[in-house]
Amino acid sequence: MQTLVEVKNLKKSYGLKEAVKGISFKIKDNEILGLLGPNGSGKTTTIGMMLGLLKPSDGEIIIDGKKIEENRIEILKKINFISPYIELPKKLSVRQNLIVYGKLYSVSDIKRRIEYLSEKLRLGDLLNKITGELSSGQKNRVSLAKALINEPKVLLLDEPTASLDPEIGDFVRTFLENYKKEKKISILLASHNMNEVTRLCKLTLMMKDGIIIDSGSPEELINKHGRKNLEEVFLKLTRSNNESN
Amino acid sequence: MSLIRIYGLFLRHFFLITRSFPRILDLIYWPSIQITLWGFISNFFASHSSYYNNAVGVILTCAILYDFLFRTSIGFNMLFLEEIWSRNFTNLFIAPMKISEIITSLVFTALIRALIGLIPAIILTSPLFGISILDLGIYLFFLFLSLYIFGITLGILVSSGLLRFGPSFENIAWSTMFLLAPFGCIYYPIETLPEIFQKIAYSLPLVYVFEEARNILINNSVNLENLYSALKLNVVYLTLAIILFYYSFSEARKKGTLINIGE
Repeated sequence: MQTLVEVKNLKKSYGLKEAVKGISFKIKDNEILGLLGPNGSGKTTTIGMMLGLLKPSDGEIIIDGKKIEENRIEILKKINFISPYIELPKKLSVRQNLIVYGKLYSVSDIKRRIEYLSEKLRLGDLLNKITGELSSGQKNRVSLAKALINEPKVLLLDEPTASLDPEIGDFVRTFLENYKKEKKISILLASHNMNEVTRLCKLTLMMKDGIIIDSGSPEELINKHGRKNLEEVFLKLTRSNNESN
Repeated sequence: MSLIRIYGLFLRHFFLITRSFPRILDLIYWPSIQITLWGFISNFFASHSSYYNNAVGVILTCAILYDFLFRTSIGFNMLFLEEIWSRNFTNLFIAPMKISEIITSLVFTALIRALIGLIPAIILTSPLFGISILDLGIYLFFLFLSLYIFGITLGILVSSGLLRFGPSFENIAWSTMFLLAPFGCIYYPIETLPEIFQKIAYSLPLVYVFEEARNILINNSVNLENLYSALKLNVVYLTLAIILFYYSFSEARKKGTLINIGE
Protein backbone atom coordinates (compact mmCIF):
# COMPACT_ATOMS: atom_id res chain seq x y z
CA MET A 1 0.00 0.00 0.00
CA GLN A 2 1.16 3.50 -0.84
CA THR A 3 1.25 6.38 1.65
CA LEU A 4 -1.00 9.14 0.29
CA VAL A 5 -0.98 11.47 3.29
CA GLU A 6 1.95 12.18 5.57
CA VAL A 7 1.70 14.67 8.42
CA LYS A 8 5.02 15.47 10.11
CA ASN A 9 5.39 17.27 13.43
CA LEU A 10 2.43 19.54 12.64
CA LYS A 11 1.92 22.56 14.89
CA LYS A 12 -0.53 25.43 14.94
CA SER A 13 -0.56 28.33 17.37
CA TYR A 14 -2.90 31.29 17.66
CA GLY A 15 -0.79 33.79 19.53
CA LEU A 16 0.21 32.07 22.76
CA LYS A 17 -2.42 29.35 22.43
CA GLU A 18 -1.15 26.10 20.90
CA ALA A 19 -4.04 24.34 19.18
CA VAL A 20 -1.97 21.54 17.66
CA LYS A 21 1.33 20.62 19.31
CA GLY A 22 3.42 18.60 16.88
CA ILE A 23 1.38 15.67 15.64
CA SER A 24 2.51 13.11 13.04
CA PHE A 25 0.60 10.40 11.20
CA LYS A 26 0.26 8.71 7.83
CA ILE A 27 -2.70 7.52 5.79
CA LYS A 28 -2.21 4.88 3.12
CA ASP A 29 -4.38 4.33 0.07
CA ASN A 30 -7.50 2.21 0.60
CA GLU A 31 -7.38 3.13 4.29
CA ILE A 32 -9.68 5.04 6.62
CA LEU A 33 -7.99 6.74 9.56
CA GLY A 34 -10.20 7.72 12.48
CA LEU A 35 -9.48 10.97 14.28
CA LEU A 36 -11.11 11.05 17.69
CA GLY A 37 -11.04 13.60 20.43
CA PRO A 38 -13.23 15.87 22.53
CA ASN A 39 -14.29 19.30 21.29
CA GLY A 40 -11.31 21.64 21.19
CA SER A 41 -8.78 18.82 20.93
CA GLY A 42 -7.37 20.10 17.61
CA LYS A 43 -9.19 17.88 15.10
CA THR A 44 -10.77 20.71 13.10
CA THR A 45 -7.54 22.69 13.16
CA THR A 46 -5.68 19.66 11.79
CA ILE A 47 -8.25 19.20 9.02
CA GLY A 48 -8.13 22.95 8.29
CA MET A 49 -4.38 22.74 7.74
CA MET A 50 -4.78 19.68 5.50
CA LEU A 51 -7.29 21.64 3.40
CA GLY A 52 -4.99 24.64 3.10
CA LEU A 53 -7.43 26.86 5.02
CA LEU A 54 -4.91 27.29 7.81
CA LYS A 55 -1.20 27.89 7.63
CA PRO A 56 0.74 25.56 9.94
CA SER A 57 3.03 27.25 12.46
CA ASP A 58 5.50 24.41 11.96
CA GLY A 59 5.78 20.95 10.42
CA GLU A 60 4.53 19.81 7.05
CA ILE A 61 1.70 18.04 5.28
CA ILE A 62 2.55 15.94 2.25
CA ILE A 63 -0.31 14.71 0.09
CA ASP A 64 0.34 12.45 -2.88
CA GLY A 65 4.05 13.26 -2.62
CA LYS A 66 3.71 17.06 -2.54
CA LYS A 67 3.84 19.59 0.29
CA ILE A 68 0.59 21.48 0.60
CA GLU A 69 2.16 24.82 1.48
CA GLU A 70 4.06 24.87 -1.81
CA ASN A 71 1.46 23.16 -4.01
CA ARG A 72 -1.87 24.25 -2.50
CA ILE A 73 -3.91 24.49 -5.71
CA GLU A 74 -2.48 21.29 -7.19
CA ILE A 75 -3.25 19.34 -4.02
CA LEU A 76 -6.75 20.82 -3.64
CA LYS A 77 -7.58 19.25 -7.01
CA LYS A 78 -6.95 15.83 -5.47
CA ILE A 79 -8.75 16.19 -2.15
CA ASN A 80 -12.20 17.10 -0.95
CA PHE A 81 -14.12 17.61 2.25
CA ILE A 82 -17.54 17.15 3.81
CA SER A 83 -18.81 18.61 7.04
CA PRO A 84 -22.29 19.28 8.42
CA TYR A 85 -21.08 22.78 9.30
CA ILE A 86 -20.70 23.89 5.71
CA GLU A 87 -23.42 23.85 3.09
CA LEU A 88 -23.99 24.25 -0.60
CA PRO A 89 -25.83 27.34 -1.93
CA LYS A 90 -29.43 26.76 -0.89
CA LYS A 91 -31.17 28.54 -3.76
CA LEU A 92 -29.49 26.51 -6.49
CA SER A 93 -30.83 23.15 -7.62
CA VAL A 94 -28.79 20.06 -6.80
CA ARG A 95 -27.76 19.70 -10.43
CA GLN A 96 -26.68 23.36 -10.64
CA ASN A 97 -24.58 23.00 -7.50
CA LEU A 98 -22.88 19.91 -8.88
CA ILE A 99 -22.27 21.64 -12.23
CA VAL A 100 -20.72 24.66 -10.45
CA TYR A 101 -18.40 22.51 -8.37
CA GLY A 102 -17.62 20.32 -11.38
CA LYS A 103 -16.43 23.49 -13.11
CA LEU A 104 -14.47 24.71 -10.08
CA TYR A 105 -12.66 21.36 -9.94
CA SER A 106 -12.19 21.33 -13.75
CA VAL A 107 -14.02 17.99 -14.11
CA SER A 108 -13.78 17.01 -17.77
CA ASP A 109 -17.12 15.23 -18.23
CA ILE A 110 -19.39 16.76 -15.60
CA LYS A 111 -22.61 15.29 -17.01
CA ARG A 112 -21.25 11.75 -16.81
CA ARG A 113 -19.81 12.32 -13.34
CA ILE A 114 -23.15 13.63 -12.06
CA GLU A 115 -24.93 10.63 -13.59
CA TYR A 116 -22.46 8.26 -11.86
CA LEU A 117 -22.78 9.96 -8.48
CA SER A 118 -26.54 10.33 -8.68
CA GLU A 119 -26.85 6.61 -9.34
CA LYS A 120 -24.47 5.63 -6.52
CA LEU A 121 -25.96 8.09 -4.00
CA ARG A 122 -29.61 7.73 -5.05
CA LEU A 123 -29.89 11.36 -6.16
CA GLY A 124 -31.90 10.76 -9.34
CA ASP A 125 -35.12 12.33 -8.05
CA LEU A 126 -33.30 15.17 -6.30
CA LEU A 127 -31.22 16.62 -9.14
CA ASN A 128 -33.79 19.24 -10.14
CA LYS A 129 -34.88 20.08 -6.61
CA ILE A 130 -33.76 23.20 -4.76
CA THR A 131 -30.92 22.30 -2.37
CA GLY A 132 -32.33 24.36 0.49
CA GLU A 133 -35.60 22.42 0.38
CA LEU A 134 -34.01 19.00 0.92
CA SER A 135 -34.10 17.02 4.17
CA SER A 136 -30.91 16.60 6.25
CA GLY A 137 -30.34 13.12 4.85
CA GLN A 138 -30.81 14.30 1.28
CA LYS A 139 -28.52 17.30 1.83
CA ASN A 140 -25.91 14.98 3.28
CA ARG A 141 -25.94 12.78 0.17
CA VAL A 142 -25.73 15.87 -2.06
CA SER A 143 -22.75 17.18 -0.04
CA LEU A 144 -21.14 13.77 -0.44
CA ALA A 145 -21.70 13.97 -4.19
CA LYS A 146 -20.05 17.41 -4.21
CA ALA A 147 -17.13 16.00 -2.18
CA LEU A 148 -16.66 13.23 -4.74
CA ILE A 149 -17.23 15.35 -7.87
CA ASN A 150 -13.47 15.58 -8.53
CA GLU A 151 -12.76 11.87 -7.81
CA PRO A 152 -10.54 12.82 -4.86
CA LYS A 153 -7.60 10.66 -3.86
CA VAL A 154 -7.98 11.89 -0.29
CA LEU A 155 -11.32 12.54 1.38
CA LEU A 156 -11.59 14.42 4.66
CA LEU A 157 -14.79 13.77 6.59
CA ASP A 158 -15.81 15.82 9.61
CA GLU A 159 -18.82 14.21 11.34
CA PRO A 160 -20.20 12.89 8.04
CA THR A 161 -23.24 11.22 9.59
CA ALA A 162 -24.04 13.74 12.32
CA SER A 163 -27.81 14.36 12.63
CA LEU A 164 -28.69 11.55 10.22
CA ASP A 165 -31.24 8.87 11.03
CA PRO A 166 -29.81 5.32 11.46
CA GLU A 167 -30.94 4.11 8.03
CA ILE A 168 -29.32 6.99 6.13
CA GLY A 169 -26.28 6.88 8.44
CA ASP A 170 -25.85 3.22 7.56
CA PHE A 171 -26.31 3.95 3.85
CA VAL A 172 -23.56 6.60 3.97
CA ARG A 173 -21.16 4.31 5.89
CA THR A 174 -21.75 1.42 3.49
CA PHE A 175 -21.29 3.75 0.54
CA LEU A 176 -18.00 5.08 1.94
CA GLU A 177 -16.68 1.56 2.58
CA ASN A 178 -17.52 0.45 -0.95
CA TYR A 179 -16.26 3.63 -2.59
CA LYS A 180 -12.94 3.41 -0.71
CA LYS A 181 -12.46 -0.21 -1.82
CA GLU A 182 -13.41 0.54 -5.41
CA LYS A 183 -11.29 3.70 -5.83
CA LYS A 184 -8.48 2.90 -3.33
CA ILE A 185 -8.74 6.35 -1.78
CA SER A 186 -7.52 7.54 1.63
CA ILE A 187 -10.07 8.83 4.09
CA LEU A 188 -9.60 10.82 7.28
CA LEU A 189 -12.69 10.48 9.45
CA ALA A 190 -13.21 12.84 12.37
CA SER A 191 -16.22 11.62 14.30
CA HIS A 192 -17.85 11.44 17.70
CA ASN A 193 -19.77 8.35 16.63
CA MET A 194 -17.66 5.53 18.13
CA ASN A 195 -19.66 2.76 16.44
CA GLU A 196 -18.97 4.41 13.11
CA VAL A 197 -15.25 4.62 13.82
CA THR A 198 -15.16 1.01 15.04
CA ARG A 199 -16.88 -0.15 11.87
CA LEU A 200 -14.94 1.91 9.31
CA CYS A 201 -11.43 2.48 10.67
CA LYS A 202 -8.52 0.08 10.94
CA LEU A 203 -6.48 2.72 12.72
CA THR A 204 -7.57 5.50 15.03
CA LEU A 205 -5.81 8.45 16.62
CA MET A 206 -7.02 9.81 19.95
CA MET A 207 -6.37 13.54 20.26
CA LYS A 208 -6.60 15.76 23.29
CA ASP A 209 -5.26 19.25 23.90
CA GLY A 210 -3.49 19.30 20.54
CA ILE A 211 -1.54 16.07 20.91
CA ILE A 212 -2.14 12.43 19.99
CA ILE A 213 -2.61 10.67 23.33
CA ASP A 214 -3.05 7.16 21.94
CA SER A 215 -3.40 5.28 18.67
CA GLY A 216 -4.15 1.83 17.33
CA SER A 217 -6.97 -0.16 15.82
CA PRO A 218 -10.29 0.07 17.69
CA GLU A 219 -9.82 -3.55 18.87
CA GLU A 220 -6.28 -2.86 20.09
CA LEU A 221 -7.39 0.20 22.01
CA ILE A 222 -10.34 -1.65 23.57
CA ASN A 223 -8.08 -4.53 24.68
CA LYS A 224 -5.23 -2.26 25.80
CA HIS A 225 -7.49 -0.21 28.06
CA GLY A 226 -9.60 -3.17 29.20
CA ARG A 227 -12.92 -1.63 28.11
CA LYS A 228 -15.99 -3.04 26.37
CA ASN A 229 -16.05 -0.65 23.43
CA LEU A 230 -14.37 2.37 21.89
CA GLU A 231 -16.73 4.82 23.58
CA GLU A 232 -15.56 3.62 26.99
CA VAL A 233 -11.95 3.93 25.86
CA PHE A 234 -12.65 7.47 24.70
CA LEU A 235 -14.25 8.38 28.04
CA LYS A 236 -11.42 6.78 30.01
CA LEU A 237 -8.71 8.60 28.08
CA THR A 238 -10.38 12.00 28.12
CA ARG A 239 -11.52 11.79 31.75
CA SER A 240 -8.27 10.36 33.14
CA ASN A 241 -6.36 13.15 31.50
CA ASN A 242 -8.82 15.69 32.88
CA GLU A 243 -8.30 14.25 36.37
CA SER A 244 -4.51 14.29 36.02
CA ASN A 245 -4.74 17.91 34.82
CA MET B 1 -5.70 31.17 -14.89
CA SER B 2 -8.41 28.70 -15.82
CA LEU B 3 -11.32 30.10 -17.83
CA ILE B 4 -13.37 27.03 -16.91
CA ARG B 5 -13.05 27.73 -13.17
CA ILE B 6 -13.71 31.44 -13.69
CA TYR B 7 -16.79 30.50 -15.72
CA GLY B 8 -17.75 27.98 -13.02
CA LEU B 9 -17.84 30.61 -10.28
CA PHE B 10 -19.70 33.00 -12.59
CA LEU B 11 -22.28 30.24 -13.21
CA ARG B 12 -22.73 29.81 -9.46
CA HIS B 13 -23.96 33.40 -9.19
CA PHE B 14 -25.70 33.49 -12.57
CA PHE B 15 -27.82 30.49 -11.60
CA LEU B 16 -28.69 32.21 -8.35
CA ILE B 17 -29.84 35.36 -10.14
CA THR B 18 -31.87 33.53 -12.78
CA ARG B 19 -33.56 31.27 -10.23
CA SER B 20 -34.99 34.14 -8.25
CA PHE B 21 -37.33 36.75 -9.70
CA PRO B 22 -37.08 38.92 -6.55
CA ARG B 23 -33.32 39.08 -7.06
CA ILE B 24 -33.75 40.29 -10.64
CA LEU B 25 -36.40 42.73 -9.46
CA ASP B 26 -34.09 43.93 -6.71
CA LEU B 27 -31.35 44.60 -9.24
CA ILE B 28 -33.71 46.66 -11.40
CA TYR B 29 -35.87 48.23 -8.69
CA TRP B 30 -33.38 50.36 -6.78
CA PRO B 31 -31.63 51.98 -9.75
CA SER B 32 -35.01 52.78 -11.27
CA ILE B 33 -36.30 54.26 -8.02
CA GLN B 34 -33.09 56.24 -7.62
CA ILE B 35 -33.27 57.61 -11.13
CA THR B 36 -36.95 58.48 -10.86
CA LEU B 37 -36.43 60.28 -7.57
CA TRP B 38 -33.50 62.26 -8.84
CA GLY B 39 -35.33 63.00 -12.05
CA PHE B 40 -37.98 64.83 -10.13
CA ILE B 41 -35.38 66.63 -8.04
CA SER B 42 -33.65 67.69 -11.26
CA ASN B 43 -36.88 69.04 -12.64
CA PHE B 44 -37.38 71.02 -9.47
CA PHE B 45 -33.93 72.54 -9.67
CA ALA B 46 -34.39 73.29 -13.32
CA SER B 47 -37.31 75.53 -12.57
CA HIS B 48 -35.89 77.11 -9.44
CA SER B 49 -32.15 77.40 -9.97
CA SER B 50 -30.37 79.52 -12.52
CA TYR B 51 -27.28 77.28 -12.29
CA TYR B 52 -29.08 74.21 -13.54
CA ASN B 53 -31.65 76.06 -15.60
CA ASN B 54 -30.29 74.86 -18.91
CA ALA B 55 -28.80 71.61 -17.68
CA VAL B 56 -31.60 69.45 -16.32
CA GLY B 57 -29.70 66.38 -17.41
CA VAL B 58 -26.60 67.11 -15.33
CA ILE B 59 -27.93 65.88 -12.01
CA LEU B 60 -29.73 62.96 -13.57
CA THR B 61 -26.66 61.90 -15.55
CA CYS B 62 -24.49 62.13 -12.45
CA ALA B 63 -27.09 60.11 -10.52
CA ILE B 64 -26.87 57.36 -13.14
CA LEU B 65 -23.07 57.42 -13.07
CA TYR B 66 -23.03 57.31 -9.25
CA ASP B 67 -25.56 54.51 -9.21
CA PHE B 68 -23.37 52.47 -11.56
CA LEU B 69 -20.45 52.96 -9.17
CA PHE B 70 -22.65 52.05 -6.20
CA ARG B 71 -24.05 48.91 -7.90
CA THR B 72 -20.61 47.72 -8.97
CA SER B 73 -19.11 48.11 -5.51
CA ILE B 74 -22.07 46.70 -3.57
CA GLY B 75 -22.47 43.98 -6.22
CA PHE B 76 -18.93 42.77 -5.63
CA ASN B 77 -19.44 42.77 -1.86
CA MET B 78 -22.77 40.98 -2.20
CA LEU B 79 -21.16 38.16 -4.17
CA PHE B 80 -18.68 37.68 -1.36
CA LEU B 81 -21.25 38.03 1.41
CA GLU B 82 -23.56 35.59 -0.37
CA GLU B 83 -20.95 32.87 0.13
CA ILE B 84 -20.74 33.66 3.85
CA TRP B 85 -24.52 33.81 4.36
CA SER B 86 -25.08 30.52 2.52
CA ARG B 87 -22.28 28.87 4.57
CA ASN B 88 -20.63 27.97 1.27
CA PHE B 89 -17.49 29.99 1.99
CA THR B 90 -15.36 27.02 3.05
CA ASN B 91 -16.40 25.00 -0.01
CA LEU B 92 -15.23 27.84 -2.22
CA PHE B 93 -11.83 28.21 -0.56
CA ILE B 94 -11.07 24.48 -0.56
CA ALA B 95 -11.78 24.33 -4.29
CA PRO B 96 -8.63 24.59 -6.39
CA MET B 97 -9.19 28.23 -7.28
CA LYS B 98 -6.39 30.76 -7.39
CA ILE B 99 -7.05 34.10 -5.75
CA SER B 100 -6.67 35.73 -9.17
CA GLU B 101 -9.41 33.46 -10.54
CA ILE B 102 -11.76 34.32 -7.68
CA ILE B 103 -11.20 38.06 -8.18
CA THR B 104 -11.58 37.84 -11.97
CA SER B 105 -14.81 35.88 -11.70
CA LEU B 106 -16.33 38.22 -9.13
CA VAL B 107 -15.24 41.30 -11.14
CA PHE B 108 -16.98 39.93 -14.22
CA THR B 109 -20.12 38.87 -12.33
CA ALA B 110 -20.33 42.26 -10.61
CA LEU B 111 -20.28 43.94 -14.04
CA ILE B 112 -23.15 41.77 -15.27
CA ARG B 113 -25.14 42.57 -12.12
CA ALA B 114 -24.50 46.31 -12.46
CA LEU B 115 -25.51 46.30 -16.14
CA ILE B 116 -28.76 44.44 -15.38
CA GLY B 117 -29.68 47.37 -13.15
CA LEU B 118 -28.21 50.14 -15.25
CA ILE B 119 -29.69 49.43 -18.68
CA PRO B 120 -33.38 49.72 -17.62
CA ALA B 121 -32.54 52.90 -15.69
CA ILE B 122 -30.94 54.49 -18.76
CA ILE B 123 -33.90 53.46 -20.92
CA LEU B 124 -36.28 54.96 -18.33
CA THR B 125 -34.71 58.42 -18.35
CA SER B 126 -35.43 59.14 -22.00
CA PRO B 127 -39.26 58.82 -22.07
CA LEU B 128 -39.71 60.18 -18.54
CA PHE B 129 -37.41 63.19 -18.61
CA GLY B 130 -36.31 63.54 -22.23
CA ILE B 131 -32.67 63.05 -21.24
CA SER B 132 -30.16 60.62 -22.63
CA ILE B 133 -26.91 59.79 -20.87
CA LEU B 134 -25.59 58.98 -24.32
CA ASP B 135 -25.20 62.75 -24.77
CA LEU B 136 -21.81 62.26 -23.11
CA GLY B 137 -20.72 60.57 -26.34
CA ILE B 138 -17.68 58.32 -26.59
CA TYR B 139 -16.37 59.73 -23.29
CA LEU B 140 -19.24 58.02 -21.49
CA PHE B 141 -17.33 54.76 -21.94
CA PHE B 142 -14.24 56.16 -20.18
CA LEU B 143 -16.34 57.63 -17.37
CA PHE B 144 -18.09 54.28 -16.85
CA LEU B 145 -14.75 52.47 -17.04
CA SER B 146 -13.27 54.68 -14.31
CA LEU B 147 -16.30 54.22 -12.09
CA TYR B 148 -16.33 50.48 -12.72
CA ILE B 149 -12.67 50.14 -11.76
CA PHE B 150 -13.16 52.25 -8.64
CA GLY B 151 -16.30 50.30 -7.67
CA ILE B 152 -14.42 47.04 -8.06
CA THR B 153 -11.51 48.49 -6.08
CA LEU B 154 -13.83 49.34 -3.17
CA GLY B 155 -15.40 45.89 -3.46
CA ILE B 156 -11.98 44.21 -3.25
CA LEU B 157 -11.00 46.39 -0.28
CA VAL B 158 -14.18 45.51 1.63
CA SER B 159 -13.84 41.82 0.71
CA SER B 160 -10.29 41.94 2.07
CA GLY B 161 -11.76 43.16 5.35
CA LEU B 162 -14.35 40.37 5.29
CA LEU B 163 -11.60 37.82 4.69
CA ARG B 164 -9.47 39.16 7.49
CA PHE B 165 -12.14 40.08 10.07
CA GLY B 166 -15.07 37.89 9.05
CA PRO B 167 -18.76 38.84 8.84
CA SER B 168 -18.32 41.54 11.49
CA PHE B 169 -16.90 43.65 8.67
CA GLU B 170 -20.25 43.42 6.87
CA ASN B 171 -21.57 46.82 7.94
CA ILE B 172 -18.53 48.49 6.40
CA ALA B 173 -19.53 46.84 3.14
CA TRP B 174 -22.80 48.75 3.15
CA SER B 175 -21.47 52.09 4.32
CA THR B 176 -18.34 52.55 2.14
CA MET B 177 -20.11 54.27 -0.71
CA PHE B 178 -22.09 56.57 1.57
CA LEU B 179 -18.89 57.58 3.34
CA LEU B 180 -17.11 58.42 0.09
CA ALA B 181 -20.02 60.09 -1.66
CA PRO B 182 -19.49 63.59 -0.19
CA PHE B 183 -15.88 63.58 -1.45
CA GLY B 184 -16.92 62.39 -4.89
CA CYS B 185 -18.52 65.76 -5.72
CA ILE B 186 -21.26 63.91 -7.51
CA TYR B 187 -23.93 66.60 -7.59
CA TYR B 188 -21.89 69.75 -7.01
CA PRO B 189 -18.58 71.29 -8.14
CA ILE B 190 -15.50 70.62 -6.01
CA GLU B 191 -15.32 74.33 -5.05
CA THR B 192 -18.39 73.70 -2.86
CA LEU B 193 -16.25 71.65 -0.46
CA PRO B 194 -14.09 73.21 2.29
CA GLU B 195 -10.41 73.35 1.31
CA ILE B 196 -9.32 70.40 3.46
CA PHE B 197 -12.04 68.23 1.95
CA GLN B 198 -11.00 69.33 -1.52
CA LYS B 199 -7.56 67.83 -0.90
CA ILE B 200 -9.15 64.51 0.04
CA ALA B 201 -11.47 64.70 -2.95
CA TYR B 202 -8.55 65.26 -5.36
CA SER B 203 -6.93 62.07 -4.09
CA LEU B 204 -9.95 60.06 -5.28
CA PRO B 205 -10.75 59.30 -8.93
CA LEU B 206 -14.42 60.16 -8.42
CA VAL B 207 -14.06 63.91 -8.47
CA TYR B 208 -12.34 63.83 -11.88
CA VAL B 209 -15.12 61.66 -13.32
CA PHE B 210 -18.00 63.81 -12.10
CA GLU B 211 -16.24 67.12 -12.84
CA GLU B 212 -15.66 65.89 -16.37
CA ALA B 213 -19.26 64.71 -16.78
CA ARG B 214 -20.48 68.19 -15.79
CA ASN B 215 -17.86 69.82 -18.01
CA ILE B 216 -19.02 67.87 -21.07
CA LEU B 217 -22.71 68.49 -20.43
CA ILE B 218 -22.56 72.15 -19.39
CA ASN B 219 -19.59 73.50 -21.37
CA ASN B 220 -19.71 71.10 -24.33
CA SER B 221 -15.97 70.63 -24.04
CA VAL B 222 -13.70 67.78 -23.02
CA ASN B 223 -10.76 67.98 -20.63
CA LEU B 224 -8.80 64.80 -21.22
CA GLU B 225 -6.61 65.61 -18.23
CA ASN B 226 -9.53 64.70 -15.95
CA LEU B 227 -9.94 61.31 -17.61
CA TYR B 228 -6.20 60.58 -17.37
CA SER B 229 -6.08 61.61 -13.69
CA ALA B 230 -9.01 59.34 -12.87
CA LEU B 231 -7.43 56.43 -14.71
CA LYS B 232 -4.01 56.92 -13.08
CA LEU B 233 -5.52 57.02 -9.59
CA ASN B 234 -7.66 53.99 -10.39
CA VAL B 235 -4.62 51.95 -11.41
CA VAL B 236 -2.87 52.86 -8.16
CA TYR B 237 -5.87 52.08 -5.92
CA LEU B 238 -6.75 48.85 -7.76
CA THR B 239 -3.17 47.61 -7.46
CA LEU B 240 -3.14 48.39 -3.74
CA ALA B 241 -6.53 46.70 -3.26
CA ILE B 242 -5.37 43.50 -4.98
CA ILE B 243 -2.17 43.44 -2.90
CA LEU B 244 -4.27 43.91 0.25
CA PHE B 245 -6.61 41.08 -0.79
CA TYR B 246 -3.66 38.67 -1.14
CA TYR B 247 -2.29 39.86 2.18
CA SER B 248 -5.68 39.42 3.88
CA PHE B 249 -5.96 35.89 2.49
CA SER B 250 -2.53 35.05 3.89
CA GLU B 251 -3.43 36.59 7.27
CA ALA B 252 -6.78 34.76 7.30
CA ARG B 253 -4.89 31.48 6.87
CA LYS B 254 -2.70 32.37 9.83
CA LYS B 255 -5.54 33.60 12.08
CA GLY B 256 -8.05 30.90 11.16
CA THR B 257 -10.75 33.24 9.79
CA LEU B 258 -11.34 31.03 6.75
CA ILE B 259 -12.33 28.12 8.93
CA ASN B 260 -14.72 30.04 11.17
CA ILE B 261 -16.18 32.57 8.78
CA GLY B 262 -19.30 30.65 7.81
CA GLU B 263 -20.24 29.67 11.33
